[in-house]
Amino acid sequence: MGNTVEMRAIFGKALEEMMAKDDKVCVIDADLARADGTWYLRNIYPDRALDVGIAEANMAGVAAGMTSFGFKPWITTFTAFATRRIADQVAISISYAKRNVKIVGTDPTITAEYNGGTHMSVEDIAIMRAIPGILVFEAVDNEQLRQAMPQLAAYEGPAYVRLSRKMVEDVFDSSYKFDLFKADVMKEGSDVTVIASGIMVKEALEAQEILAKEGISAEIINLHTIKPVDEETIMASVKKTGCVVTAENHSVIGGVYSAISEIMSRKNPLPIVPVAVMDRFGEVGLLPYLKDAMHLNVSDIVEAAKKAVAMKK
Amino acid sequence: MEANEKKFLNDVCKQIRRDIIEAIGSAGNGHVGGSLSIVEVLSVLYYKQMNVDPKNPQMADRDRLVLSKGHAGPALYSTLAEKGFFPREMLKTLNKPGTNLPSHADMLRTPGIDMTAGSLGQGLSAAVGMAVAAKIVKSPATIYAIIGDGESQEGMIWEAAMYANQKKLDNLIVFTDYNNAQISGTIDEVNSLEPLADKWKAFGFEVFDVKNGHDVEEINDAIEAAKKASKPSMIILHTIKGKGVSFAEALGIGCHAMPVPPEKVAEALEELK
Repeated sequence: MGNTVEMRAIFGKALEEMMAKDDKVCVIDADLARADGTWYLRNIYPDRALDVGIAEANMAGVAAGMTSFGFKPWITTFTAFATRRIADQVAISISYAKRNVKIVGTDPTITAEYNGGTHMSVEDIAIMRAIPGILVFEAVDNEQLRQAMPQLAAYEGPAYVRLSRKMVEDVFDSSYKFDLFKADVMKEGSDVTVIASGIMVKEALEAQEILAKEGISAEIINLHTIKPVDEETIMASVKKTGCVVTAENHSVIGGVYSAISEIMSRKNPLPIVPVAVMDRFGEVGLLPYLKDAMHLNVSDIVEAAKKAVAMKK
Repeated sequence: MEANEKKFLNDVCKQIRRDIIEAIGSAGNGHVGGSLSIVEVLSVLYYKQMNVDPKNPQMADRDRLVLSKGHAGPALYSTLAEKGFFPREMLKTLNKPGTNLPSHADMLRTPGIDMTAGSLGQGLSAAVGMAVAAKIVKSPATIYAIIGDGESQEGMIWEAAMYANQKKLDNLIVFTDYNNAQISGTIDEVNSLEPLADKWKAFGFEVFDVKNGHDVEEINDAIEAAKKASKPSMIILHTIKGKGVSFAEALGIGCHAMPVPPEKVAEALEELK
């Protein structure tokens, strides 16, 4: 499946369509519209495509205020700034006040590449999950994001949307049916459940093939909505396979591994092995280097799966 | 302003102050000082200036107020109750379990509250967002915000100010409650705002300096002038923390949050007769 469109273009296009249909949809940037694919919207909708400049806190507050007149703002910046920089504004002006604002973070963790450690949020999912009332979604590929955007818009309340800016490999085709609240079982298996999000889904699918050759049957699940977790799908799979690997482009603290561990420890404590950024900051580099440095490779998932299977019983 | 109107507003202020003290008294303690310092501006806004309807608090084109210094909730609650947004008996539930009147203003709980506030520095951005939105939908609404002087030490206030100027928000009128007191000392001792009027002018605001922030006529005149300005406006209200209740005024910075036992409630009510 050859892909020639960057994810930010899908995001911008989806916003454009919403803005055409609904004159209360607006987008607010903080000087990163050119990076986030929203720049051209100001040419079409100059009133509703705003830019507050390099002032993310104000962006969150302005968005919250605009809801007073029925607007449905999408605020957009890099993951690091959408979360840790303005955690309090997001918590109080947006979520505590139950404002219908969508918070979009682009360039998650290692996909920030040449922007390096300062821009490499390893904790954005953790921050957003810990704030009450925010839905947390991470897109896997263009097809999923295309289908997710209208569902996110229809969801009344604050949501955090984690996106890659650039080219991502296709995982889903047009036969895919997205449901915001339902995790995708992408491959069925019986020995281990691999729960992956974002760029790690592709890695997990490759790991599944390698594991199959070694006689291990892996079930691959995409957890696109990390809060609220689709407990039903996850727990049904876990019950069948008896062990879990999580794979995420995020810190091991507070992301997918934490979310799944929290549920399993309550409902069905079984072995669970993380593939994640092991409590360290990022660094500058390109994806292949960063995947090695952070141990986010296919081989890391394969090893983790073997470990999880060995831990059973 | 006619003398009888001035007397009416001053009577309203007295009633609001009594309600503040009784509400905080029934809770045992609360943010007395910063509530009492904004009573006059609230009475002028809700009884003379703002287009609001207590029977329809969500009216689309209503004027809006963001009480960015959210800890002065009791002052706003007393004003809204007086105005008829909810029964005055509710004031006695301030901070009680399950109340709809928490310390800090909460739009989801109290009829008539336009924005949740409490984490200082955030409300002005929300007011700017409202003013931007009002312009897009061509609403005649005027957006008001009250910020604290101590709150103005927050950087976000100045982010919001910059953008208000960028968007030429002549429908935005902001008040600074300049009582020159914060928890750790006077504003000037801790981290001075001066020259405050010049700062707001430099940020593109039309600035009005109200020498006596407890004079309803002076406040009203400033709002009238601000409404005519072709820029966002800042009205600096020189106020007294704890105004109108001698034991609170005497405490100075100590009246920010304080216990108000029954005998003090009685003393204040006697003074506010």
